[in-house]
Amino acid sequence: MLRRTLDRYEHLFHKGGTLERLFPLYDAADTFLYTPKSVTPGPSHVRDGIDLKRLMSLVVVSLIGPIAMAFYNTGYQANRAIQAGAQPLDTWQTAAMQALDLPFAPDVFLACVVHGGLYFLPVMLVTYAVGGMWEGLFAQVRGHEINEGFLVTGMLIPLTLPPAIPLWQVALGTSFGVVIGKEIFGGTGMNILNPALTARAFLFFAYPAEISGDVWVAAGSTPDAIAGATYLSAVTTSGMAGLEGVSFRDAFFGFVPGSMGETSVFACLLGALLLVVTGVGSWRIMVGVTLGTVVAAAGLNAIGSTTNPYFELPFWWHMVLGGWAFGMVYMATDPVTGTHTNTGRWIYGVLIGVLVVLIRVVNPAYPEGMMLAILLMNVFAATIDYFVVRANIRRRQARAAA
Amino acid sequence: MVEHYLNLAVKAIFVENMALAFFLGMCSFLAVSKKVETAVGLGLAVIFVETITVPLNNLIFHYLLKDGGLAWVHPALGQYDLTFLGFLTYIGTIAASVQIVEMVLERYVPALHATLGIFLPLIAVNCAILGASLFMVERAYTFGESVVFGFGAGTGFALAIVALAAIRERMRYSNVPDGLRGLGITFIVTGLMAIGFMAFAGIQL
Repeated sequence: MLRRTLDRYEHLFHKGGTLERLFPLYDAADTFLYTPKSVTPGPSHVRDGIDLKRLMSLVVVSLIGPIAMAFYNTGYQANRAIQAGAQPLDTWQTAAMQALDLPFAPDVFLACVVHGGLYFLPVMLVTYAVGGMWEGLFAQVRGHEINEGFLVTGMLIPLTLPPAIPLWQVALGTSFGVVIGKEIFGGTGMNILNPALTARAFLFFAYPAEISGDVWVAAGSTPDAIAGATYLSAVTTSGMAGLEGVSFRDAFFGFVPGSMGETSVFACLLGALLLVVTGVGSWRIMVGVTLGTVVAAAGLNAIGSTTNPYFELPFWWHMVLGGWAFGMVYMATDPVTGTHTNTGRWIYGVLIGVLVVLIRVVNPAYPEGMMLAILLMNVFAATIDYFVVRANIRRRQARAAA
Repeated sequence: MVEHYLNLAVKAIFVENMALAFFLGMCSFLAVSKKVETAVGLGLAVIFVETITVPLNNLIFHYLLKDGGLAWVHPALGQYDLTFLGFLTYIGTIAASVQIVEMVLERYVPALHATLGIFLPLIAVNCAILGASLFMVERAYTFGESVVFGFGAGTGFALAIVALAAIRERMRYSNVPDGLRGLGITFIVTGLMAIGFMAFAGIQL
């Protein structure tokens, strides 16, 4: 039925049709719903029918875990805080919860999912609407295809944001990420910084009040027993003592405050498994990040510090807190902005792993370093590739000369 | 002591990167970053010149310009404060030392001269170089510190320009809108790189 509808109107969008100018929009809808019709005629070396669209769809599928956690955990944290005595936020979400007659109870599954969804869905919708608008506009004016890359970017942005962020900031951040981070370079595949991270970093530096500190739980000022900040900032001030009240299991499965989708290491690892098995995400980068983190954290543990309690955090806690897993699986492995050579991927991964620990520990301004570590290595990815390629050329020349 | 110098170097290279934190030396940063090879050449030249001129200006400041700096010549000269000549003297020192260095290199190390080549005279008027000397005065570095700082500031600039050049080489595959081609997009890339370098902002060493 859908196919027939699409085919019936197809002629309108081709050259000479009345809606010719809107072809990118039609094309986007068509190829998103169905496999593209264009096939390689004649002999070819293509072994697989996968294209950018299928590849990006796989990433979206791998994001199901974190998305589910965004729904559940956002509500769970808010309900937990409210049950412990915090005031519910004076928002329409609270009114909706009351209208639905759902209790603010952390042990009621439905109440958690609905409450979380009430915060997560609007952010996600705004991201898709605003980002999709820019994407469509650029596709229209510049005549390129609308790309599924945005499906991923648009999903990553809300997952890295705190629940109660004002929606206009979401719109602004998404605009910056999509336009400055990607579209002015020509769209997906041509950008140098990860657009989702660019959007996140823009908001982080432009509106620090809404995206750092005590904002990670969607409830009013939280009582002391329940942390409103992430455990990483607790570690900054009081070291391992800051982790009292959170079990490793909770942190691993993601029942801690944090950005909406980044808390669960378990969900991210499931996604990582899919990405690695299907060959979409680079396992070299993931292993590299892990190695770098282990080495850097162990090194800092060994050095120790009398003034900075963060030094004592062991690497397994580094991995379950904050955006470490989410960043490693979904941001660092971005095939566009990462390194493109295999040797380069190792270097790139290890450096991210080392940097994230260093930024977290040494820089008191940012208890969470994953985003900035990846952005910084995005900047140097091209340099790493350049020197890897040069080294390769030199080696081959030496071999040819011998 | 070693730790202090190490901290200073890290600070000069990353935290207070000449190009991406202070946006100094933008002219050569933007102009000579089309190819990695030339960027490496310019980067080396900047490291080289800053490591020489910052300590040199440090000596000049301490023994000639500073309030009472001339006292070692004659106690009567101790009353003079010549710091107002700073700008003029530093840029003069830089230009002169670059010229001398170039002549020495050409005569004794022709290979290095061929690598640095045209970049040496080019950076005599680079504001990252003058900036490093002025920072040295403002922060009252000792001679040893100024050697480390000069080297670090140069290295930071070199790192940034090589990264920019690599990005610009990769951007040959990008499809930048006509109006932004060339310098326009390079400015934007520089801004995005600076966001990446914000990772170091706030580190206290």
